[in-house]
This record gives sequence, structure tokens and C-alpha cells, in this order.
Amino acid sequence: MVRYLIKRLLMMIPLLWGITMIAFAVIHLTPGEPIGMQAEFNPKVTKEVRERLRAYYNLDKPLYIQYVLWLQKVARLDLGTSFSPDGRPVAAKIFERIPITLLINVLSLLLIVAAAIPLGVHAATRQGSWGEQVSTVFVFIGYATPTFWLALLLMILFGVQLSILPISGMRSLVGYEALSPAGKVFDIGRHLFLPVLVSAFGGLAGLSRYMRSSMLEVIRQDYITTARAKGLSERAVIYRHALRNALLPFITLMGLSVPSLIGGSVIFETIFSIPGVGQLFFYSVMARDYPLIMGMLLIVAVLTLLGNLAADVAYALADPRIRVER
Amino acid sequence: MICLLCVSGTAARADERPSYGDTIIVGSIGDASNLIPMLSSDSASHDIGGLIYNGLVKYDKDLNLVGDLAKRWEVSRDGMTITFHLRQGVRWHDGRPFTAEDCLFGFRTITDDKTPTAYRGDYLEVKRAEAVDRYTFRVTYRRPFAPALASWGSLVVLPKHLLAGRDITKSLLTRQPIGTGPYRFKEWVTGEKIVLASNPDYFEGRPYIDGYISRIIPDPATMFLELKAGGIDWMGLTPMQYRRQTNDPAFAQQFQKYRYLSFTYTYMGYNLLSPLFQDKRVRQAISYAIDKEEIIKVVFLGLGEICTGPYKPGTWYYNPRTKRYAYDPEQAKKLLREAGWQDTDGDGVLDKEGKPFAFTILLNWGNQERLKSAEIIQRQLGQIGIKVKLRVMEWASFINEYIDKKRFEAVILGWSTGPEPDQYDIWHSSKTAPKELNFISYKNKEVDQVLEKARRTFNQEERKRYYFRFQEILAEEQPYTFLVVPYSLPVIHARFRGIQPAPAGITYNFIRWYVPAREQRVLR
Repeated sequence: MVRYLIKRLLMMIPLLWGITMIAFAVIHLTPGEPIGMQAEFNPKVTKEVRERLRAYYNLDKPLYIQYVLWLQKVARLDLGTSFSPDGRPVAAKIFERIPITLLINVLSLLLIVAAAIPLGVHAATRQGSWGEQVSTVFVFIGYATPTFWLALLLMILFGVQLSILPISGMRSLVGYEALSPAGKVFDIGRHLFLPVLVSAFGGLAGLSRYMRSSMLEVIRQDYITTARAKGLSERAVIYRHALRNALLPFITLMGLSVPSLIGGSVIFETIFSIPGVGQLFFYSVMARDYPLIMGMLLIVAVLTLLGNLAADVAYALADPRIRVER
Repeated sequence: MICLLCVSGTAARADERPSYGDTIIVGSIGDASNLIPMLSSDSASHDIGGLIYNGLVKYDKDLNLVGDLAKRWEVSRDGMTITFHLRQGVRWHDGRPFTAEDCLFGFRTITDDKTPTAYRGDYLEVKRAEAVDRYTFRVTYRRPFAPALASWGSLVVLPKHLLAGRDITKSLLTRQPIGTGPYRFKEWVTGEKIVLASNPDYFEGRPYIDGYISRIIPDPATMFLELKAGGIDWMGLTPMQYRRQTNDPAFAQQFQKYRYLSFTYTYMGYNLLSPLFQDKRVRQAISYAIDKEEIIKVVFLGLGEICTGPYKPGTWYYNPRTKRYAYDPEQAKKLLREAGWQDTDGDGVLDKEGKPFAFTILLNWGNQERLKSAEIIQRQLGQIGIKVKLRVMEWASFINEYIDKKRFEAVILGWSTGPEPDQYDIWHSSKTAPKELNFISYKNKEVDQVLEKARRTFNQEERKRYYFRFQEILAEEQPYTFLVVPYSLPVIHARFRGIQPAPAGITYNFIRWYVPAREQRVLR
């Protein structure tokens, strides 16, 4: 197992190298340059100024040299400096935003899983029943509802009409620092309630349908018939025998969702004014902030590879059928 | 009845004497990027920078240049030398005195090749800058340069004792600025808020409002809900919000809406290298065929004025008597006929030498007002037989691939103009190289001359004459079809008093805004 792990980890290095090379080429092939964004359309920004900024950012050098310069820095664990006027290190800009995105996505993932499993099981075991049809319609409405629209409606209801929840932001604007630790948790909780709800609502449909089909597949297996034949109660058959097996594909799904945990979403972060990674990534692409884009892509690539590895390992632990040779 | 209202009005005002206290929370779409003003070009950074820093000069409410950190100044008779006499006793927020050395240092920084600033252009005309003594700063130009005075605004004065000998882009001051202005920096939480506190030692007196918080809310709809829920005190409204969503009595009681012309305008520019647009009559015809009233009514819900040239109506250099292009499709058709465009094959599209009159308008993604205006233009030009296609694209490629390389036929864009009338970079024929701002390639000898002459004199009457002529020529030639000057539509909580809209907008007297003591809010 340890040898297998080391092998997999070593294999990640050429893989990552390839990913960064392709990513670097693609983002530089995109039309447009970072200068246009900083300069906006400002009558004070003359041609000389723009040429000078270009040289300042090494954009006048050939692409492969720019890549080598970037790679040299990354090898020293330095993601470089952002092209935006703040000129801050890329790592600082990304890591100050990751905790909040991670928190929201983990909470919303937990909420999705907690709701999707019972919904899926219910839908599979009571196929065609009245309750199943209602829940199916409900999750599809959730899937089809535009996030921003739902968010605005909830904000109007809870924030403006009832004024029981804050509208935007992730903590109180004034007075947060003076709160007790418990008070701080409560304050953040109040602020994150709507964002987590909204982001979970949209993700529910996919996962619950996935759970349903996986469950349907499992209950048709012979060992379920055997369990029933043994005279076990339907409850024990479904929750002890069927559910455990139906959950196996969930491991892969969780592994694949690791990169999206720090991915964030431009739409709900913008609507709820949450300074998360999604916004940062979106604006960095719009502004052609190459070092920041590359930094984000690198982190996401590493997490994807690690997530896959973790899923494979967890799979092997959970399912004796696919364990690797000793 | 009217009289009664007046009396009760003044009675209410009498006990509302200005008092210190309260905090204003301002909604901002974007976060600031860098709080050293010369290093950033976004309005969020400059709004904050304007409260923290001072310039040597500033604009008063009627857009006249008055002293700020400079008590007064002299321009030598030949117009080449400006001597600023600085205020004494002004201190930086860290307590160190402000001197002429700080001005000199700022000047050297902005002209330094290693400083990534967008604003160097104005300072390249300076031959020599010197700190004559502690409180006298003198600049000498290669030749008289009228825009010079305004360039000594809030960009260039920096605390030398904190920055000298260091890399300015890595300085702590980019995130924790220290200035001489009415507000001191307190806190910046990226993506959330920037907090300022009033400077009790400010040389023009302590500001009445104790705190200023810029709250970052990227979504305009959310910002509006926050305003209604009491989360912010001040934001800019969209025309839709101004007209349709802010008229109930409850809103009117809580908030005060303002409107004044902004220093921006929207236009359609023609690529004058394209054979389609080289004939002046064609451009005039298009201007006649576009109903600007309709654009204002439909797109801006009436909250804008017809744009007639590159300057804001009401400024001293705005010429109110230039040629106008009221909606007149018949006149447009006549001019096009004169220029040789006729519908010979009866397909509804004009043609000349077998080629139909068709062109594409380029637009940037994300600006709804420009897109809607373009759709109206498309229909109106269709009615006189010109086929228009629209192409919308994202900003960075729009500028780099199309504007810079002049790969466009027509384009809808906007300019922010500002109070200084010099527009040499936009209209002079020497500024038509790729990446320069005269990207429509407009070349006119007389325009070149008046723009140059207007730069070389400090006499306002003389400058005015040159700029009036400049506007006459543009109105005749129509290198752009000038469309709209939109209004700024700020809304501010009604407890803030002392706000007096003027040609300069409303922020010029911000330090004199106040909240009457009994209406002040205590923030937890």
C-alpha cells in the first residue's frame, strides 16, 4: 500500500507539469492582455505608459521564457505577484479567501448529503408513490431555479420584510470584533444561513437522483433477495444491506468534489457579497491576471489529483473486491 | 401654503446645528486595489484615496482650481514656471510635518521608470522640479502647459519619510495609507470593507462625520436591498431604481435622492480609415438618423441629456451653440443620396457601386446601457436603409484585439472626461498610432492647432475660445455621433445634512456634511 501511494504521488509530478504547461499556453492564447484592464479606458493612459507596464510584467518576452520564469518561481514554492494594481503575492490573495469558500462548500455539501441520501432512498424504495413524485418535482425545481433569483427572493423575505437575517456579507460590519467567541460563531452562522441554503438547494437534485439510481441497482441484486428470504425486516434490508452498498459510488463522488470545495461560485459569492475564491478567479480571468490564474489552476489541479488518490484509497479500504494486489 | 412650508422648514433647520458624530456607510461595487493613488486607476481606490490624501490644488464646487495643500501659487509671466506656496503646520497622519520635500519626492516617484503608474504622461513636460525651501515648491516646464496646474492634484504628494529608498509597490502604504487628508485609515478587510476615521487635526477643520466605511457589495440588486434594510447609507442608483423602485413615501422619508450630470458620455465612434465613413455627409446622415431622445427615454428612463460634443454641458468650456443633429430621417436620406448611397435594387438596403451599406458595431460585454442603445441604433439605421450588425465581446479582447489594432467599423464606448478640458490625447492627429487613444484615426489640421494653442496659455478666456472652436469643428465633422451624458444618481440617508449639489457633484464639501445630534446612530 505504501509503495503504491509513493508511486502514485511521484506520478503526479509529470502530470502536474503537463497540466501547467497546457494551462499556461491556453490562457496566454486567449485574446487580450492584462494591461487593457488596469488601464481601463482612461484618457490619461498613453501608449508609452502601456508599453512600459508591458515590459514591467515581462509580457514583451517570448512565451516559453515567461513560462520558464514562472516555473522557476513555482519550484521555489512562490506563486509570484498579481498583475492587479495591488501587486500582492498570489498565494496571499488566494489563501485569505480559501477558508470562507471552504467553510460554505463543506457546510453545503454536508447539507446536500444529509438531504440527498434519504431523498434518494425514499425515491428508490417507493418508486411511483405520491411522495416520491412530489420530492422529484421539488428537487427538479431546485435544479432549475436560477441561484441569483432564489437568493434575491430569500433576501427580500428574510432581510427586508421580516428583518430577521442579514442580507449580505459574512459577518456584521461593525461590532464583530467585540463579540464573544460563541457570539462570533452565531454571527457568522446567521450570515451564512442563506448562502449555504441557496448553494445546497441547487446541488440537491443531482446527488439525490444519483443516490436513487444507485439504490435501484442495488435492490435488484441477488444478495438483497437473499436478505429478504432470510426474513429480515424491510427496514434492515434497506438500511443495513442495501444502503451500505449503494453508498460505495459516493466515495468517488466525494473525491471528485474536493476541487470544487475550494472552487467557489461567482454567482452566489457576488450576490451575497462573500469575498470567496470564485469571485477572485472570475475577475482574474477577466483581467488576464496571469500569475493569479495560474496559481488558482495549480492549486485546483493539485487538489483534483489528491482527491482522486484519496478516493481510490478509500475505495480500496471500503470495498474488498477492488483491493490492489498485496 | 408654500410660505407655511418655508417657515416650518427653517424652524426645523434651526435646531439642527451641525454636530460631530455618526458614521456613513457607503456601498461600493468593487474593492479598492491599491491605496497609493498613483498606482491604481479604479474609482474605488480613488474614492478612498481622495479622503486620505490631499493635492496641492483641488476643484471647488464650481470647478475652479483652488489651493489645497498649497495656500496659493504663481505662474510666471512666460507661463513656464509654477511656484506653489505651501500651507505651514500641516502634519501627516503619523505626526510628521508635511514639507515641499514630500511634493518633490512624489514627483520623482511618479516620473520614475520603475513606478507602474498610469498617470505619468502629464509630468513628462516638467523640465525641473525643486523644493526651494521648506514651504515652497517650484516646477519649470519645457513650454507653457495649461493642464499642468490641475495635474498637481491628489496623485503626487506622498510621505517621503515613509517611502524614500523603498520599493513603492511593496510598501505597507499600499494597504495602510498615511496621508494629510480629512480621514485617517483604520482598517481594510479585503473584499469586505475599508474603515476610515475622521482626522481631528485636519487643516480645514475636523470633519463632522466621525467614521466612513466603504462596504463592498458587488451585486447592485443586493446593494439596493441592503440600502432598504439599513445596511448602507449611500449608493449610486440605476435609472430603473431611481424611477421605479424608490417612490414610495416610506423610502422618501428615509432617503434623499440626488441627480446631476456626470463627467462621462457615451458615443458611437467611426473608424475613419474605413472607406464607409470617410465622407463627412455619411457620418452626419447617421447622426441625423439616430434619435437620441429615444435612447435617453428608453435606456436611461429620461435620466440623461443629449450629448453634443466631448464636454459636459454647463462647464465653462462647453459650447452651447454648436451644430445639432435633431432626429431627421429625411435629412439623413438626403445626405446619403448626395454621397451616392441609393437603394437601386429595391431590397431596402442602400447601395453604392453594387455594395450594400452594412457595418458592424462593436461593443463590450457587461454594459447593458450600451447594448440597448446599440439595439435602438440598429433599428433606426435599418429604417433609412443601413444594415447594422452588433458584436458584443469581453473587455480585454475588445481593447487589445480590436480597438488597439483598429479592427472595427464602428464602436460604442464612453469617456470619463473630468474637469480639465485638455483632450489632446483623444483628438490630436499625432495620437493615432496603434494603442493610442485617437483610435478612430481622426485627423484635422485646425483641431490640432487649437488643441495645441489651448495647452499653451493659462488665460481662461483664451482657452475657452479655442475649445469653443474645437467643438464647432467636431459638431460639423461628426467623427463620433455623440449620444448621451447620463446623470449620476446617488441616494443618501436623510439624516445626513449639508449636502449641496453643485457642478462638481456632491462630494466637494463632504467634511461639512453632518447628522443632527438627535438623529445620530450609535453603531454597536
